[in-house]
Amino acid sequence: MVFSEQLAQYLVSGVTTGAIYALIGIGFAIIYNSSEIINFAQGEFVMLGGMFTLFFLNVLKIPLPLAIVLAVLSSTFIGVLFERLAIRPLKKPTPLGLVIITIGGSILIRGVAMLVWDKDTHSLPAFTGSEPIAVAGATILPQHLWIISLTILSIVLNKLFFQYSIIGKAMRACASNRRAAGLVGIDVKKMVLFSFIISSALGSLAGIIVAPLTMTSYDVGIMLGLKGFCAAIIGGMSGGLATVLGGILLGTLESLGAGLISSGYKDAIAFIILLLILFVRPQGLFKKADTERV
Amino acid sequence: MTFARILFLSIIAQIYLLSSSVFAAQPIKIGALFAITGPASFLGEPERNTAQMVIDEINKAGGIKGRPLQLIAYDTQGDTTKAKQLVNKLIKNDKVVAIVGPSTTGDSMAIIDDVEKAGIPLISCAAGSKITDPVKKWVFKTAQNDGLAVVKIFEYLNRKKITRVAILTVSDGFGSSGREQLKAHAAKYGIQIVLDDTYGPKDTDMTVQLTKIRGSQAQAIICWGTNPGPAVIAKNVKQLGIKLPLYMSHGVSSKKFIELAGDAAEGTILPSGRVIVADLLPASDKQKKNLQAYVKDYQRHFKVEGDHFGGHAWDAVMLLKGAIERGGDSPAAIRDQLEKTHNFAGIGGIFSYSVQDHAGLTKDAFVLVEIKNKDWALVK
Repeated sequence: MVFSEQLAQYLVSGVTTGAIYALIGIGFAIIYNSSEIINFAQGEFVMLGGMFTLFFLNVLKIPLPLAIVLAVLSSTFIGVLFERLAIRPLKKPTPLGLVIITIGGSILIRGVAMLVWDKDTHSLPAFTGSEPIAVAGATILPQHLWIISLTILSIVLNKLFFQYSIIGKAMRACASNRRAAGLVGIDVKKMVLFSFIISSALGSLAGIIVAPLTMTSYDVGIMLGLKGFCAAIIGGMSGGLATVLGGILLGTLESLGAGLISSGYKDAIAFIILLLILFVRPQGLFKKADTERV
Repeated sequence: MTFARILFLSIIAQIYLLSSSVFAAQPIKIGALFAITGPASFLGEPERNTAQMVIDEINKAGGIKGRPLQLIAYDTQGDTTKAKQLVNKLIKNDKVVAIVGPSTTGDSMAIIDDVEKAGIPLISCAAGSKITDPVKKWVFKTAQNDGLAVVKIFEYLNRKKITRVAILTVSDGFGSSGREQLKAHAAKYGIQIVLDDTYGPKDTDMTVQLTKIRGSQAQAIICWGTNPGPAVIAKNVKQLGIKLPLYMSHGVSSKKFIELAGDAAEGTILPSGRVIVADLLPASDKQKKNLQAYVKDYQRHFKVEGDHFGGHAWDAVMLLKGAIERGGDSPAAIRDQLEKTHNFAGIGGIFSYSVQDHAGLTKDAFVLVEIKNKDWALVK
């Protein structure tokens, strides 16, 4: 087999994995922008998406499309509960306190999921068959097309929402200056709640569309959450294209690194990139540094 | 309360204590260390369940020479520090006469010193061959050595005239032990490992490694790991349209693998203990009766079929029962009798321990199975 075909496969694998990282990363960015919280429980919503779908599909015998919708709704509901019960009651929300709360929340959600469901890994059926499709010497599955198209769709919808809807604009206002937003009459707390709704919905959607390929279990959220976080950091915590590019860059570098150097370094590559970005360009790869205006 | 009354009560108490020790025989205390929770709970949970089930049944049938067995089981959580604390608790506080478990190779290696020093026989349920190689006086094991599974695959490859293989192993204890064994045995069977790659236990996409394998000279792929990784690999192999035969380890010999990999599992060949194919075995098979009884028994108690992990604990408890029946309940006598165990048809295989061999099994402990129509079929 020729090298170019191998390379094509690495790139295709990288882009599809990267799309997932991007979807999770955007969830991080949306919450961060409207509340300055880095929600380390984001990965758990990815897990909840997959596990809820499985529950509706296998236990309640609901057909797949409906099960997916219900799973997104249920995970979003958990996201709302999380914001209401763990984030909002905090009297003095310091960044450190919030980070610790979200980490605690993620451990709690994971533990409850383990007890309610089980410790096993489960597989979801592919949405539309599993016959491989050849693309420029590489092969992908129909599920990969689902991943890519759903990622693009949710990013476009996001963009439209934030650009044109009044709530979206209000959320952006919170992102750029919370106090000023509050002063012009925007209910900042409500916007934080909205951000949790959107990001838990996105996270669970990501969890559902990858489950047929990667399987799901109560603890898949940890690694996927961290990779999504990396994507968001590379993208400079932007809720749009930068994070998407960050995710795809990360996925591609991972698969090229594993293919051309050694698969032992796959996860190391992600975290080395994370550290490098944090050291050298903490504002993200694609953004100009904020200038301090006095 | 008057003095006479206290005296009276204490006499009653004395009589009660005396009579109970005369009429109800003292239980024989057996310790157990299993990773019941934590990452290795897929081993520890069925092992604990099985050990308790077997001991309850022995007691129901009248115990050993009229004395009941008492199981004292602790959870190591797959943590070597906990294993070390708990083994001392078993030896010093609970004063057990023998110990079954632990579930993992790491935990077993950690406590060998303690049981050797205290002189308490240990029957480990972990697979690592270093547990009993070199032989330690007080340490036995029931789980089949990884090397035996490797040999079983290589013999089959020889028959199929396959000489060049690619190996893909998981980067944890199970995978690295398998990788060592694969490399150690390859030369003897004239097999050349043309590509040696690994994947992480939590990885969700192995197309990259498989693409490398597709570009190599390999005639077969051998994958060594426990669920879910191998299921992802089976799916990825199908996605990439790789036509090479896929071999797996005994780490996936449960229905879970077939459930996870779905259609992609078809045609996969793996070595496995006989327990998953109990009903397919010929009637002449010495283990068949025990295997079928165990699978059904476990199903009755725990609603799922007994698997080979629980089988390791079944073997350990039954081996102990045999030793105690023959030689009494002192730790030294149990050890000596264990070593004399000969042709014991258990779940994991037919055990024959000796002074030189505390693992007790041969490669015949494994059978090769192929996945056909979402079920197991024996490879002839």
